[in-house]
Amino acid sequence: MDKGLSLRNVTIRKNGAPLLSVSHDIAPGEVLTVMGPSGVGKSTLLAFITGTLAPDFQATGAVWLDGQDITNAAPHQRRVGILFQDDLLFPHLSVGANLAFGLQPGGSRPERAAKIAEALDEVGLSGFEDRDPATLSGGQKARVALMRMLLSEPCGLLLDEPFSRLDAALRAQVRDMVFDRARARQLPVLMVTHDADDAQAAGGVIVTLVG
Amino acid sequence: MNRRRFLPVLPILTLLAMLGPVVAGLWGTLLPAFGHLPAAGLTGPSLDPFRDLFDWAGLPRAMLLSISTGLLATGISLAIVMLITAGWSGTKPFRALERLLSPLLSVPHAAAAFGLAFLIAPSGWVSRLLSPVVTGWDRPPDLLIVQDTWGLTMTAGLIVKEVPFLLLITLAALGQADAQRSVVISQALGYGRLTGWLKTVFPRVYAQIRPPIYVVLAYSMSVVDVAVILGPNTPPSLSVQIIKWMSDPDLAMRLEGAAGALLQLGLVIGALIFWRLCEHAMARLGQRWIASGARGRFDPVVAQGALAAGAICALTVLFGLVVLTIWSFAGFWGFPDALPDAFTWRNWMRFGPGTLEALGETALIAVTVALAALILTIGCLEAEYRFGLSFSARAVWLLYLPLLIPQTAFLPGLQTFMLSLGADVGRVPVMLAHLVFVLPYVFLSLADPFRAWDTRMGTIAAALRASPNGVLWRVRLPMLLRPILTALAVGLAVSVGQYLPTLLIGGGRVETLTTEAVALASGGDRRAIGVYGLMQTGAALVPFALALLIPALVWRNRKGLRHG
Amino acid sequence: MKHLAILAALLAPVPALADTDPANWDAVTAAADGQTVYWNAWGGSTTTNDFIAWVGERVMADYGVTLEHVKLTDTADAVTRVLSEKQAGENDDGAIDMIWINGANFAAMKEADLLFGPYAEQLPNWAVVDAEGKTVQTDFTVPVEGFESPWAMAQVVFVHDTADMPDRLGSMQALQDWAAANPGRFSYPQPPDFLGTTFLKQVLVDILPDPSVLADPATDENYDAVTAPLWAYLEELTPNLWREGKAYPATGTAMFPLIADGELDLSISFSPGAASTAIANNELPPSIRTFVLDKGTIGNASFVAIPYNSGSKEGAMVVANFLMSPEAQARAQDPEILGYGTVLNMAALSDDDRALFDALELGVATLSPAELGTVQAEPHPSWATRIADDWMTRFGVSE
Repeated sequence: MDKGLSLRNVTIRKNGAPLLSVSHDIAPGEVLTVMGPSGVGKSTLLAFITGTLAPDFQATGAVWLDGQDITNAAPHQRRVGILFQDDLLFPHLSVGANLAFGLQPGGSRPERAAKIAEALDEVGLSGFEDRDPATLSGGQKARVALMRMLLSEPCGLLLDEPFSRLDAALRAQVRDMVFDRARARQLPVLMVTHDADDAQAAGGVIVTLVG
Repeated sequence: MNRRRFLPVLPILTLLAMLGPVVAGLWGTLLPAFGHLPAAGLTGPSLDPFRDLFDWAGLPRAMLLSISTGLLATGISLAIVMLITAGWSGTKPFRALERLLSPLLSVPHAAAAFGLAFLIAPSGWVSRLLSPVVTGWDRPPDLLIVQDTWGLTMTAGLIVKEVPFLLLITLAALGQADAQRSVVISQALGYGRLTGWLKTVFPRVYAQIRPPIYVVLAYSMSVVDVAVILGPNTPPSLSVQIIKWMSDPDLAMRLEGAAGALLQLGLVIGALIFWRLCEHAMARLGQRWIASGARGRFDPVVAQGALAAGAICALTVLFGLVVLTIWSFAGFWGFPDALPDAFTWRNWMRFGPGTLEALGETALIAVTVALAALILTIGCLEAEYRFGLSFSARAVWLLYLPLLIPQTAFLPGLQTFMLSLGADVGRVPVMLAHLVFVLPYVFLSLADPFRAWDTRMGTIAAALRASPNGVLWRVRLPMLLRPILTALAVGLAVSVGQYLPTLLIGGGRVETLTTEAVALASGGDRRAIGVYGLMQTGAALVPFALALLIPALVWRNRKGLRHG
Repeated sequence: MKHLAILAALLAPVPALADTDPANWDAVTAAADGQTVYWNAWGGSTTTNDFIAWVGERVMADYGVTLEHVKLTDTADAVTRVLSEKQAGENDDGAIDMIWINGANFAAMKEADLLFGPYAEQLPNWAVVDAEGKTVQTDFTVPVEGFESPWAMAQVVFVHDTADMPDRLGSMQALQDWAAANPGRFSYPQPPDFLGTTFLKQVLVDILPDPSVLADPATDENYDAVTAPLWAYLEELTPNLWREGKAYPATGTAMFPLIADGELDLSISFSPGAASTAIANNELPPSIRTFVLDKGTIGNASFVAIPYNSGSKEGAMVVANFLMSPEAQARAQDPEILGYGTVLNMAALSDDDRALFDALELGVATLSPAELGTVQAEPHPSWATRIADDWMTRFGVSE
């Protein structure tokens, strides 16, 4: 399989003791949901895929993305986007500058500004370029974080309990928005969550890890 | 790629910059202490230097002074800080005191010591304000207050400076001790606020602030500039006497000085061990006290007393600066007038140009050293982050090592060592010597905020295809602007306040505000001391003001960083 | 001149290593141009510091020499520095180019071959120095032999506040009696401070029936017997000192604020004009006067010496020569500036130069040369060293 994200015989150990094992292919536009109680190592799996595994963990196996082995690539060269439960907008940058940080280099200043305006427009935040991220509501922040990630043109998407901080009404709305856009861009998605609703809404394969 | 190769070297370079001079200096002290100084035609080993040392009639008193000053200054300032925190943390008076004490932390020891002397000497401001109406004195009484035989004034001078230091250290530790909830629970169980804090929070806090306490103890035992200004001379404390021996034209005295330096080192180690034993004893007593279930009947009285003591410390430094200011503008000021006959710019006109020259030297050294320390520190912390290194508890003690070894034990040896290397005396060696003391403080000041930074920010930025350097420069450093500037200000203040390294390693060619001010102590010209003391204080304080002001200006539209 | 220097630099590949002959003054000034001279001088007196700064401006203007004043708390620091440089093999460009020096420090440096010279008697201004009338060719009985050049004369005077102590004292015994009647009103700087040590020597010179024994080095045989009266004197005096002798002022100038505040009524100074200068600077009240003892008081000269490893010997010689110029000497003697005694021979000066001195007002508290009376010779430095050491053992550790 060329396109998509595949985890091949991935096993992660903590100080020698096995923590989890996963082997799975995620096709473009599909979602794999990894469930399990907290402490089981869900986020560790994501850290392995982003290349930011802490030194007391050891991993074997390989990660392939769009036909390339990225297991040992530098984190910033993997083209894997990630969203956390916190929006993690850079507090020292304006909303527009946060998006510009994600936007791939190239293009003239007006062209880049237009792309950012377009992205904000897409999530109903037109004219928010100069706003301080700290002054946005939770839903607004989540939308900016999503667009920032998409502007970096990732080839795969990781979601780390992405909706758990949002209240019920907002949650469905943001969730749909994320999955819609991932599908539209044909991105393979790996989501870790302990929330059954989220898993249900993702509509893909569900793997449950046990501690 | 370049950076990748360069970065792992930084922690080693840092350790070398910090510990290299200490080791070299101790070696340069050890040999002459056993009579080995081949350059002067003396070859050891011999015990004569120690024999001469023990023949000195002043030795018992000088040793006692070192020990009593260290233990008293450390014990009393620790007690004041712990009791204030226990009785008042989270309250309005506490916040007021905290706000008052924080800027005082950066007031150099020498300036604070001069201020104290100008306040409490028999002809000091307190005596002038009370005379002749209250005291009936029309001439200063012949009382031995400053330079008293037992070093009590010197101890007081150290206490007023160590209380702000320990208080800020304690505040940093409190954040991680979950203090508030423990106090609420113990109060619900009927304990007084102070007793509840001491029984539940103190053990946790103390474990965290132990290294800085040891630093205070080692420093107080071997301080030179404060001792020159406030300490006795018949005999002086051991460290002052060591410097006197080291600068005697008679070479044999140098050997005696080296022997004294080793003795000083031994005393500090002994005192640290004694303190450690006291900790055990206190822990046992404390457990018995906790088991007794005593609820703290005298809490209000003790708390009031501690607050008063803390306020006295703060006000002493503050009014010390006020009286320095008055003297710097004073015309003739006879006793017992409360204020000078006239205020004049004459003193500033006279000494101003000299202070500006010294300020230039001070600033050049301080900025270079503080920046170097900052770069090394950020390099170490970034290497730790990128390569997943973690410093063990033992490695953290290495940071404290240069602060725990008395300056008088290794700086004279370092001077000889640097000369024998052919390193020219002057500015650059002085900078290297300052770095030994500036690095630990900059590191300790920046490490916690740097490590507390949410590394998910780094993961996000890397996922957005920012390179490791991009993450550092575009995300991490801007977000940490405030702690970085604070660490820089700490580094500047530490460098500005250095006396002995500048004096000894600079060979007298390097004149900073501090060496100039302390040199003035022997001349007793209070107007000149006022001018130099204020300039010295300003040089240390202004960077702190800037460290607050710059982030507030740069991030004025960024709510998320306002309390970072 | 500049061309000459460049030429010299071209011809001699390492000009710093070859010392210029002091007698060839043109070569000296040529080499001095552009040099920086680090003058290590006691920095505790702000008036002296101001004077040295003025000297710096003048030698810069006239000779292109940059003068940096390295302010010492103790001249011995500079001696140590040169010693440790010699140990370390720093023989060409040490940290110190010139030292304000005399007495034991000079004797120690001369003995250890740490000084450049002889040079003093080759300097042009040596011609106007009063080599016969003033003690500028021996320093505390040690022959100078051109290894240091004089720049000021000093003599012990007692400083008293006439508002509290109207009458002068004629002898050290009178001082003892007065102190007993007025405890806590007198002190002297703590030995080994040079003025403090001088006070001890002054006591000895005044109370010994025949002080001529002090002209020769102290011996183990005669030391105890000769100094016994001094220790007896101090045993009696110390309880009546300021702070009962448990603390001492660090230096001579540190006693001025004590007099101004009324803590002391009597102190000593090694500079006959210093009290007048301090009155002019608001540091002392106008009621201050000075006196000398009936038998006279100790006097000596202040010198400057050049370490053997100075890299700016020519610049240092230019400064040393300028210090002996009528212009610098007259300024140093002005009580508004320093109030130091001159080393020059008035008779050897031109009329214009002499007029500089005649125009000086000596100041209310300064004694005239006639009133200063007999100048007693400094004892051999071995006495001062042993007495200071002994003092530290006997009185340096208070009860």
